[in-house]
Amino acid sequence: MALDALAFQMINGLASASGLFFVAAGLSIIFGVTRIVNMAHGAFYMLGLYLAVTLADRLPGPLGYWGGLLLAALAVGLLGAAVEVLLLRRIYHVPELYQLVATFALALILNDAALWLWGPEDLLGPRAPGLKGSVELIGRRLPEYDVFLAFAGPAVLLALHLLMKRTRFGRTVRAATQDREMVAALGINEALLFTAVFALGAFLAGLGGALQTAREPANLNLDLAVLGDAFVVVVIGGMGSIPGAYLAAVLVALVKALCIALGTVEIAGLAFNMSKLTLVAEFLVMALVLVLRPQGLFGRPQAAAARAAASEAPLRPMGGTGRALALAALAVALAVPALATVWAYAPVLALDMLIAVTFAASLHLLMGPGGMASFGHAAYFGLGAYGTALAATGLGLPTLPAFAVGILAAGAGALLFGWFCVRLEGVYLAMLTLAFAQIVWSVVFQWEEVTGGSNGLIGIWPDWPFDSRAGLYLAALAVTVAGLYLIRRLIFAPFGHALRAGRDARMRAEASGIDVARIRWLAFTASGMLAGAAGGLYAFAKGSISPETLAVGRSIDALVMVLLGGLASPAGPVLGAGAFTLLQDTVMRETDYWRALLGALILALVLLFPGGIAGGLSRLFAGGRADG
Amino acid sequence: MTAPPVLSVGNLAKAYGGVHALDGVSFDVHAGELLALIGPNGAGKSTCFNVVNGQIRPDAGTVRLEGRDITGLPPRAIARLGVGRTFQIAAVFGSLTVLANVETALLASRGASFGLWRPQDGQARGEALDLLAQTGLAALADRPATGLAYGDVKRLELAIAIAGSPRLLLMDEPTAGMGTHERLALIGLVRRLAAARSLAVLFTEHSMDVVFGHATRVIVLARGRVIADGSVEEIRADPQVRAVYLGRSAATGERGS
Repeated sequence: MALDALAFQMINGLASASGLFFVAAGLSIIFGVTRIVNMAHGAFYMLGLYLAVTLADRLPGPLGYWGGLLLAALAVGLLGAAVEVLLLRRIYHVPELYQLVATFALALILNDAALWLWGPEDLLGPRAPGLKGSVELIGRRLPEYDVFLAFAGPAVLLALHLLMKRTRFGRTVRAATQDREMVAALGINEALLFTAVFALGAFLAGLGGALQTAREPANLNLDLAVLGDAFVVVVIGGMGSIPGAYLAAVLVALVKALCIALGTVEIAGLAFNMSKLTLVAEFLVMALVLVLRPQGLFGRPQAAAARAAASEAPLRPMGGTGRALALAALAVALAVPALATVWAYAPVLALDMLIAVTFAASLHLLMGPGGMASFGHAAYFGLGAYGTALAATGLGLPTLPAFAVGILAAGAGALLFGWFCVRLEGVYLAMLTLAFAQIVWSVVFQWEEVTGGSNGLIGIWPDWPFDSRAGLYLAALAVTVAGLYLIRRLIFAPFGHALRAGRDARMRAEASGIDVARIRWLAFTASGMLAGAAGGLYAFAKGSISPETLAVGRSIDALVMVLLGGLASPAGPVLGAGAFTLLQDTVMRETDYWRALLGALILALVLLFPGGIAGGLSRLFAGGRADG
Repeated sequence: MTAPPVLSVGNLAKAYGGVHALDGVSFDVHAGELLALIGPNGAGKSTCFNVVNGQIRPDAGTVRLEGRDITGLPPRAIARLGVGRTFQIAAVFGSLTVLANVETALLASRGASFGLWRPQDGQARGEALDLLAQTGLAALADRPATGLAYGDVKRLELAIAIAGSPRLLLMDEPTAGMGTHERLALIGLVRRLAAARSLAVLFTEHSMDVVFGHATRVIVLARGRVIADGSVEEIRADPQVRAVYLGRSAATGERGS
């Protein structure tokens, strides 16, 4: 390894660490005071970059560039204040999960707003006046702008430190972070504090984005990419710690820089291209920190989380009506292939629905009885799809064994990631699941030799008797029914009771001898395998898959299906997935702005119908049972 | 007493920074005994209690359960070895029925929580109903645990805590947040259950009427040390106890802190 290459990569790494640090610091400050993990924080970063590119181009003179950057960051800060007043104030008292989902909905809406304003093409900003050149360092030429950015991070860290230690505002923020009730009792204007803090956090994210103007083009994928990275940084550094965020951002950046600088190395006769291992390295750093210090480098240990949601009604075994409805639904599902003669699209739509039902039911097992909100369930769907596809096309396995390989691949992924996830709770768990999903997506995207990269895999067709539309549909129906039955058995078995007990009162469950972490680990793995089954069906149903199969959007689809159906009922995911697929195939197909539509739907759900369809139905039949 | 103690705590020490929360604490708890751990705030009661139940690892000293060293084991391992506990703010499984709460605890104590297929209903029903009868909850068996009155929640938690037939029951402020009448009824129930099951009970308590009306034996902690260990009468008469603790309120007063 050449020293100059390492130095070059390190400066480059520190430059990107600065941007990441701004986002993570904003995320941390907002969480500290409001206890909300802002899923729209990546969108603020993205908007900062888009605005800066636009403004830096339009504003005249040498001050135009820097003025544009600052204006862009300020505009994002203002937007943050508006968001706090209009949206967040309505959700401070709803359960954590709904807060996460609502801010995610906001991210979707902001993404479509960017699409509407700036179009789908990447936008490249002007270069920074005064910093267009490069400096020489040990024989290599480094862009001046990167050097500037590498120093911008510590400068903002220092500024934030002074703000927090020396100003009245900073003291209030720190006090609120430690004890919110006390601050309220002291007569501090809480509403104003929350708005200011959210504006500051948004401003930091906007600044982080704006400063990238001369470095990278603005594009619509940045929001989620940055959000995933920021979560990794926050998990490593410790939620709520600003120095922790900086240290973690630098640590991740340096490990990546080291990997790239090492290039291809030979270990035991095998050549490894280390530069492709940057994502794995990031994961390993996070894994190591989580094992040694679950609260992150500078974080304080998590208090055993009390469950924020109101307790749901006990689940009862299906009564006569429930059985009759389930049988009727099954009869209708069996009759679908016969419908094809009158309505050719019916089997296609019904197959999509079955896949969605299996996927949503797998997530519901985790989120409902398990109490673990996964924001990255698409990872297991995708592992199932890619596992099945590779086994069928690459290894040439017959349909059923290939399908089994897919399920096992998803199970293996869930077993590995689940081990880390079940050690965390609430928002930490949600962040980690999303970060893992981002990592899986990136690996699939980059590992072209195996996964086909962005082109994906094609020609995944099932063999007889699944090669006909009816054959595949009936097989999918069998898988779905088996999956739902399996989940029901699990939920009503001692395992399901122990799982719910751990969700309702973790300490109480441990004190009764229940190993909550292991129970959750098994639930995580089972849920991952079921999601993998859905992914395998998807691969055969579509015939081709791409990284889009496991993109964050799919995780969010599953979340929406579960919430739409209703979290408290096992029938919820079935209803939710059915309704969502119908909606997606009809309304959303008609518009370019389906993300915004989806976001609006989510907000409506969170703000107006938190019980979902199943909750609404059971309220309708008041006194009836809240199950299916 | 000739039988070996159920719980034997020897020379426990735990310091936070320079403060000695526990400084050489030793005591035994025998079967059938209700041992009250009292002391002014900051005396080390909670630390001592949490060392015994496994939430805190001591700097030095041992915790033995029927002769077996359990020092530093995690809470669920200690639970599986025969230690039940209740929390200061009663915790039950809100989304389960009263009956299922007890059944779940029963199956957990048998190591059957990983049963994946056979429905839980019926696997421990008889035993669970029996426990509900003993704690006066039989009529509420099918009710969701969420809607219970606080006194019933306390009794349900007690039923959960003794579901695994533990040898030792740890109760952290068992009557906190209850009215006088309910308080005495609950501790009376604990006393009857302990006698019937020859259960050793260790509890921390602030209510002096509960301590002096029902404890078999009392240990007084002050500044991390045991300053008195004896029967209710002995403790009442102990001049040192009166000085550091009871002196601040009448021996029959409501609260000692």
